[in-house]
Amino acid sequence: MDLKLKIWRQASQTDKGQFVDYDVQDISPDTSFLEMIDILNDKLVEKGDDPVAFDHDCREGICGMCSMFINGHPHGPESATTTCQLHMRKFKDGETIVIEPWRARPFPVIKDLIVDRSAFDEIIRAGGYISTSTGGVPDANAVPIRRENAELAMDAAACIGCGACVAACKNASAMLFVSAKISQFALLPQGKVEAKDRVKEMVAKMDELGFGNCTNTYACEAECPKEISITNIARLNRQFIGAKLG
Amino acid sequence: MTKINSKIPDGPIAEKWTRYKEHQKLVNPANKRKIDIIVVGTGLAGGAAAASLGEMGFNVKVFCIQDSPRRAHSIAAQGGINAAKNYPNDGDTIYRLFYDTVKGGDYRGRESNTYRLAEVSNNIIDQCVAQGVPFAREYSGYLANRSFGGALVSRTFYARGHTGQQLLLGAYGALSKEIKRGSVSMYTRREMLDLVVMKDGRARGIIVRNLFTGELERYSAHAVLLATGGYGNVYFLSTNAMTSNGSAAWRAYKRGAYFANPCYVQIHPTCIPVHGEFQSKLTLMSESLRNDGRIWVPKNKEDVEKIRKKEIRPRDIAEEDRDYYLERRYPAFGNLAPRDVSSRAAKERCDAGYGVGPTGLAVFLDLKDAIQRLGKDVIKARYGNLIDMYERIVDDNAYETPMMIYPAVHYCMGGLWVDYELQSNIPGLFVGGESNFSDHGANRLGASAIMQGLSDGYFVLPYTMQNYLADQIAVGPIPTDSAEFDDAEKDVRARIDKLMEVKGKEPVDYFHKKLGHIMWEHVGMARNRAGLEEGIKMIQEVRKEFWSNVRVPGNANGINIELEKALRVADFLELGELMARDALHREESAGGHFREEYQTPDGEAMRNDKDFMYVAAWEYPGDDKEPILNKEALKYEAIEVKTRNYKTA
Repeated sequence: MDLKLKIWRQASQTDKGQFVDYDVQDISPDTSFLEMIDILNDKLVEKGDDPVAFDHDCREGICGMCSMFINGHPHGPESATTTCQLHMRKFKDGETIVIEPWRARPFPVIKDLIVDRSAFDEIIRAGGYISTSTGGVPDANAVPIRRENAELAMDAAACIGCGACVAACKNASAMLFVSAKISQFALLPQGKVEAKDRVKEMVAKMDELGFGNCTNTYACEAECPKEISITNIARLNRQFIGAKLG
Repeated sequence: MTKINSKIPDGPIAEKWTRYKEHQKLVNPANKRKIDIIVVGTGLAGGAAAASLGEMGFNVKVFCIQDSPRRAHSIAAQGGINAAKNYPNDGDTIYRLFYDTVKGGDYRGRESNTYRLAEVSNNIIDQCVAQGVPFAREYSGYLANRSFGGALVSRTFYARGHTGQQLLLGAYGALSKEIKRGSVSMYTRREMLDLVVMKDGRARGIIVRNLFTGELERYSAHAVLLATGGYGNVYFLSTNAMTSNGSAAWRAYKRGAYFANPCYVQIHPTCIPVHGEFQSKLTLMSESLRNDGRIWVPKNKEDVEKIRKKEIRPRDIAEEDRDYYLERRYPAFGNLAPRDVSSRAAKERCDAGYGVGPTGLAVFLDLKDAIQRLGKDVIKARYGNLIDMYERIVDDNAYETPMMIYPAVHYCMGGLWVDYELQSNIPGLFVGGESNFSDHGANRLGASAIMQGLSDGYFVLPYTMQNYLADQIAVGPIPTDSAEFDDAEKDVRARIDKLMEVKGKEPVDYFHKKLGHIMWEHVGMARNRAGLEEGIKMIQEVRKEFWSNVRVPGNANGINIELEKALRVADFLELGELMARDALHREESAGGHFREEYQTPDGEAMRNDKDFMYVAAWEYPGDDKEPILNKEALKYEAIEVKTRNYKTA
């Protein structure tokens, strides 16, 4: 396959940045999207140019590091797929592909396609855990948990923290990310003790960091590579109201 | 042999750890805040240790290479975590888990460490459930188990195909709690490039490169814990993440730490086969698939040809024309034979010309019988995410046609040498998780890596590091302007400058791929003297070529991904040679190390307990000198050493 690429290049956080056009030739349809960028980068290095900087690590769709906005979609056009799991067979020969970083104020661009997502870590630090310490806990089977709840908690816990939900949202809302963590613990008995503080503190931190409000466009759910459901946001809202009232 | 002191406590094996804890030294709570600890790596071992040490009150500085501690490669562990809970009432005990792990490791691990691992395995499950890890459950609401290779009981706990992710997020939560509390300081996007060892021989700090600014930074502490994972990326293609590397361990080696059993590498039997030259990594299909998947190749070469030419589909081959070779060779364990055994059996079939797929380097993993027996829905619930991932990568539907799989580099049993306290021979340098060597011998059983990471992190290192730190309270804060820090930073800077100055023609990956190819061909699934000797020469040549012809564009100030890769590959080019040397010296077959000269007539591995029942702990003598071999003799008191047998129960 031959492809035309329009890639966002930005030397640093303070640089203005711009799209730069590149051509790549003879790409096998079995190549992954990131391998296609590897091929481009090898060519750039051979020419003595600066390779395109992008985040990636596990390349099996679980670490949440990769973060490209491809043809108007976070992680590209394929549903339920991270950029690293996207393969070139999903594109047409001769196609032009536009590649940008996540764009959201709380995720500043550091270089080219790399953004700073430390805001997500800050939200988790505000209370996205159960405050148990190592040791001194009961036997794992002491408290049975309804299988259905455990499954729903696992659905929510599948979030990889990539930030696609924020990138997809016109308000740059982090509600899907926050609600996934809130839901995981709200569905489990272990999470109940701290539930009220958790939701209040995580939501307050999210607002403080400049993430926008949720206006129910469902873009986050549609673009989430792990298919985290929007029903988690409804659960967060119920938890939040409950916490504020009582 | 005199140099090695493994500090195994006295007493019967089941009492050693309790006795250790009863007699270890403790640090008074008020003094803990005066003690600094560096943790490098935020995977299961590093993350859990940093959180636990922070909870205890120590001052912890923790470093990771990614943008967040939640992304360490432990996250990619799929299938599960072992524990001797015996919830299914199928006869499991701590001893049995210990026994299976030692036997699985082909009697080349340290017995006392492995027993402790089995002993604390149950605490891990308790801890993770308390953290809200959503393990799979039965309709009763109690925890579910499944089976893994090398065991006859069902002792593996799991969270769909995301067990590593969920356990890591549990540790990340605990770490986040401590960061908020102020006991742990988090440094992301930092890569450790050297260890600082003081004149008195103690490890007191590290030099890291800030991957955003390019600056070299110095950090000091009373003790340093490396939890930096394995070195599988020396093969270029592996199931490891792209940034997984051996440099932290290698730099510790070059500062005097022993590197143990580097040749023990696990080649995992069920990975998606290699498809082309530009492939950047290999993807694992969890071993859990072997619970329900049957592995086979065609019995007749005519069928192999037709399959390769796509004239027939795998489903067209009649039952009697299929060779379920694991069931045939290992009737007792069948498709659940251990990883080393299963990988070699796949290689044997493919080398004999029965491999399928376009390259002939693949075998089938077939879910057909399980789907017929249990229904598609049950299989989907168990393995849906794996089957989806397979389809995304290969464009094939595993419900309709068997998966194609082939072995790939997955895990390193070798690593930095540690004693019973997980302390290296450098006082104050501790090593946890995959980066140490201790618990798995020459082969690791499935669902044991994340068990070991969390065992080291939550339940071993917080005790043993405290024992070391008890007499460190009088030391006071450690300055970073000493001659040792100056020298270490100068060394790192010189290495970076040297790389930038080569200004050659080829990108880093060119050399990495070349090295990987040599490692796979000569230090891979099957090794022999001639191949290893040739491999060593070839590695030396690539290393020479690298230092005269690598091209690192840009400059060292700021983000420079090619420079990061160049630093790692420079170390891999040295580490690869040590692996080959270790493989050459070990004239036996054990676990993941298979020497073709040492096999039984039916192709099984042949150990040599008389001459090789020891840990090979390699010591760095300075550049251009042959590494020095130190031996730690392995003694088995609680277990009878036998030939590994998976043919009968």
